[in-house]
Amino acid sequence: MTAATDTTHTNDHHDDEHHEHHIPPGIKRWLYTTNHKDIGTLYLWFAFIMFLTGGAMAMVIRAELFQPGLQIIEPNFFNQMTTVHGLIMVFGAVMPAFTGLANWLIPMMIGAPDMALPRMNNWSFWILPFAFLILLSSLFMEGGGPAFGWTFYAPLSTTYSSDGTALFVFAVHIMGASSIMGAINVIVTIFNMRAPGMTWMKMPLFVWTWLITAFLLIAVMPVLAGAVTMVLTDKFFGTSFFDAAGGGDPVMFQHIFWFFGHPEVYIMILPAFGIISAIVPTFARKRLFGYASMVYATASIALLSFIVWAHHMFTTGMPVAAELFFMFATMLISVPTGVKIFNWVATMWRGSMTFEVPMLFAIAFIVLFTIGGLSGLMLAIVPVDFQYHDTYFVVAHFHYVLVTGAIFSIMAAVYYWLPKWTGKMFHIGLAKWHFWCSLVSVNVLFFPMHFVGLAGMPRRIPDYALQFADFNKWISIGGFAFGLSQFIFLALLIKACKKQGEPVSSQVWEGAEGLEWEIPSPAPYHSFETPPVIK
Amino acid sequence: MMNQANTQNKNNRMVVKLLAIVVGMFGFGFALVPLYDVLCDALGINGKPSDTAAVYEAVEIDESRLITVDFITRTNTGMPWEFRSETRQVKVHPGQLNKVSFYVKNSANTDIVGQAVPSISPGTAALYMNKTECFCFEQQTLKAGEELMMPMQFYVDPQIPEDITYFTLQYTLYNVTASADVVAMN
Repeated sequence: MTAATDTTHTNDHHDDEHHEHHIPPGIKRWLYTTNHKDIGTLYLWFAFIMFLTGGAMAMVIRAELFQPGLQIIEPNFFNQMTTVHGLIMVFGAVMPAFTGLANWLIPMMIGAPDMALPRMNNWSFWILPFAFLILLSSLFMEGGGPAFGWTFYAPLSTTYSSDGTALFVFAVHIMGASSIMGAINVIVTIFNMRAPGMTWMKMPLFVWTWLITAFLLIAVMPVLAGAVTMVLTDKFFGTSFFDAAGGGDPVMFQHIFWFFGHPEVYIMILPAFGIISAIVPTFARKRLFGYASMVYATASIALLSFIVWAHHMFTTGMPVAAELFFMFATMLISVPTGVKIFNWVATMWRGSMTFEVPMLFAIAFIVLFTIGGLSGLMLAIVPVDFQYHDTYFVVAHFHYVLVTGAIFSIMAAVYYWLPKWTGKMFHIGLAKWHFWCSLVSVNVLFFPMHFVGLAGMPRRIPDYALQFADFNKWISIGGFAFGLSQFIFLALLIKACKKQGEPVSSQVWEGAEGLEWEIPSPAPYHSFETPPVIK
Repeated sequence: MMNQANTQNKNNRMVVKLLAIVVGMFGFGFALVPLYDVLCDALGINGKPSDTAAVYEAVEIDESRLITVDFITRTNTGMPWEFRSETRQVKVHPGQLNKVSFYVKNSANTDIVGQAVPSISPGTAALYMNKTECFCFEQQTLKAGEELMMPMQFYVDPQIPEDITYFTLQYTLYNVTASADVVAMN
């Protein structure tokens, strides 16, 4: 973990003279760019715009659920909102944000000049806006957009869907192609572009977790592509993969989907583990506790993710033996995850802790992600799942792991590395407001969902029984507050991009270690053209 | 710079390998379809009984046990047939051959092709449900207003585990006129 360089200073001045003038002006810079830092920035801004778009849909959902009865929107439009909100947040916000961070950070962390396949990198980003234009445009077409939930269970997505399903299928194909290209790029970069001396067990954990994530991506995104293709041919070309009348089986859809779907949830959390493992040691001013166990824990979580998919379908009438197998396999995952939580806490133990904004987000992540993990453990228990299945308890669970897990880690990462990217410290006052407003509102938003879920409120329904009214009012107020809090983040990011703020040193944070902190701030357009020497 | 061509080569080889994984996994997604059927058939875990006729010969009747079999019928959305079982429930000895019949009537004013799909609950009983004759093995074409009694003959395998004393056989009737027309045209 202690890697250092002494060649960077000669690099910078080399950059200024030979490369800056190659950058085309205006929009062409961004359209034609093959630079990992430019592409990282594009990914991150795209993810943020999608986060606000998907968030706007969540606001529509919460406005409708503010009180019982139907007030604002039609049930069919409500279903489109829940569906597209999920699709955008998963494929448009969380995944591109992690890919953006990978682009920015992996070459700097392993001492490489750029990603291994820069042209493919440009493609993998630029097909993404088109995928989401296609998906969003389907909302405005006759019959409406996808309304079958982001999991597009057959026969909802085949027999009972609108013709816009074709657009949904193509959009998912393009998103999948983009993720696969991004993943291939990450793997090739990490295998072939490490600076001499950067051995496997010296790689920062963010690099490790992304490497494992990339393997998960190339293993399961093609299965998703297969599943949407089957939905497409079932709906439009008369095949019967999921149609019992033609010899198919609708339950098989769920098996294929969740074979993709469960590794997918780890795709959305493993890079977060890498981020937290970078931030906690910096602000605890101690080396990460149990580096090797972190690597093995990540790898075991990834392997286990392939044998737990059926815990999403306990109520489909599986034999008891299968239910027991999937229950125990699922509970097994809490062991390596527990190792990680333990290591982060042990890293903080007796450290010289300070609470800068990235650390605040990291600590919030550890606490709140653990809450999400515990409700996940509850859902893993078969008889209990029969009660919780398809209720707001599930909604609470996956929003704790995805919002206060994945998204909080992305925000922590942005605050941690933003000064390195812009060369200026972000507005700390705004950042603290952003953190505290988000922290309070996100819990007002998602914590009561546990209770209404346990009391039996079903998910994905635009109306509810009267006894849930008070809780839902609070949930909606928390939702609006969380949505508004993100505009503080937007204001901060705009200030940062205008390069306002105090200049920072190359080290930025007192306790930060790693190659990216040894190049100047802001990070020059080209870094590590000559590989650094790793001590 | 000497290494650049070398790295390029290494990168390309790796990309090809990774793309092979991608293509392989895309294929695996489709391979899951037959795999799923084979596994469910072998283990009898999704309540699908065999879709071919069993042969009834030299089956020993186990008089000591009595198994209750329920029959449930339903028509899928868009299937305008009346469909009911003449027998709601039978009690049978394992190994004993039984005959039940189902009534259908096409109450629409067009000709319709129907296909019944069986499902057994609990699913593990499906392995021991042997049908020697069933209308579900083929499609039925009924003219507008036509009615029909459809026979089904079965026996319960004496190997059926002791703990299964009761199971339900459900038929869902689907309207397959559209796809039957395509087949007829071909």
